[in-house]
Amino acid sequence: MKIKNEMRLEIVSKSQNEAFARVVVAAFAAQLDPTLEEIADIKTAVSEAVTNAIIHAYDQSIGIVEIVGKLFDGGIIVEIMDRGKGIENIEEAMQPLYTSKPELERSGMGFTVMETFMDEVEVTSSLGKGTRVRMVKYIKHGNEMGKT
Amino acid sequence: MLDISSVRKGKTVVVCMAGELDHHTSESARESLDNLIEDNSIKNMVVDLSELKFMDSSGIGVFIGRYKILSERAGKMVVFGLNNHISKIWEISGLYKIIAIYESLDASLHGVQEVE
Repeated sequence: MKIKNEMRLEIVSKSQNEAFARVVVAAFAAQLDPTLEEIADIKTAVSEAVTNAIIHAYDQSIGIVEIVGKLFDGGIIVEIMDRGKGIENIEEAMQPLYTSKPELERSGMGFTVMETFMDEVEVTSSLGKGTRVRMVKYIKHGNEMGKT
Repeated sequence: MLDISSVRKGKTVVVCMAGELDHHTSESARESLDNLIEDNSIKNMVVDLSELKFMDSSGIGVFIGRYKILSERAGKMVVFGLNNHISKIWEISGLYKIIAIYESLDASLHGVQEVE
């Protein structure tokens, strides 16, 4: 897949930046002329991944969350990366309803939402070094760049 | 941004949520809703989501938490006005199994048996 355009954004891990991050990625994806539903899917998946970085990777501390978007003919790749504490057991973390923070009324549905709304989700993590979530969304009836 | 307004109808509080419900706004949402049902004579909550433009999984916990409080009082929580995107969250999270979705405010009030 040939990358046609790319964006890179760094935010500090403050919850106020969650809306900013998802809106930026949605605006970038708009170049593919996606449907409103596809845009909503992307925004939601980005929101989940960025929230995970803020709540779990950095917990009470402040760190950098990096967001990379790449457009290719037919879709978008979104990568959300942090340099936080990492995930000990990725398989367990991705189970629906699993949460390490039930006291915060976390539903444990973040990864399930990402997997439902995006076409591909890949998580790599290293304890003490950070986590990278790579997601792909195919845009089915977009413009030249968006067409499959 | 998230705005919450409410009106009481008998033992039911009707809440309108407008804006975006995510991790950032969920804390204030939780506080506002808990304040509304602090009065034990409130049994039910009807939530108008027609002005809620965005919700991610952070919102699921907000609804489940308030649902639990009301259930302990033998009360109900129902919603109406969900857009397609929020309906999808409702569906994949299984929320629809415990918090019923109605077509309108009237139907919701019927659902919680508050219509005279």
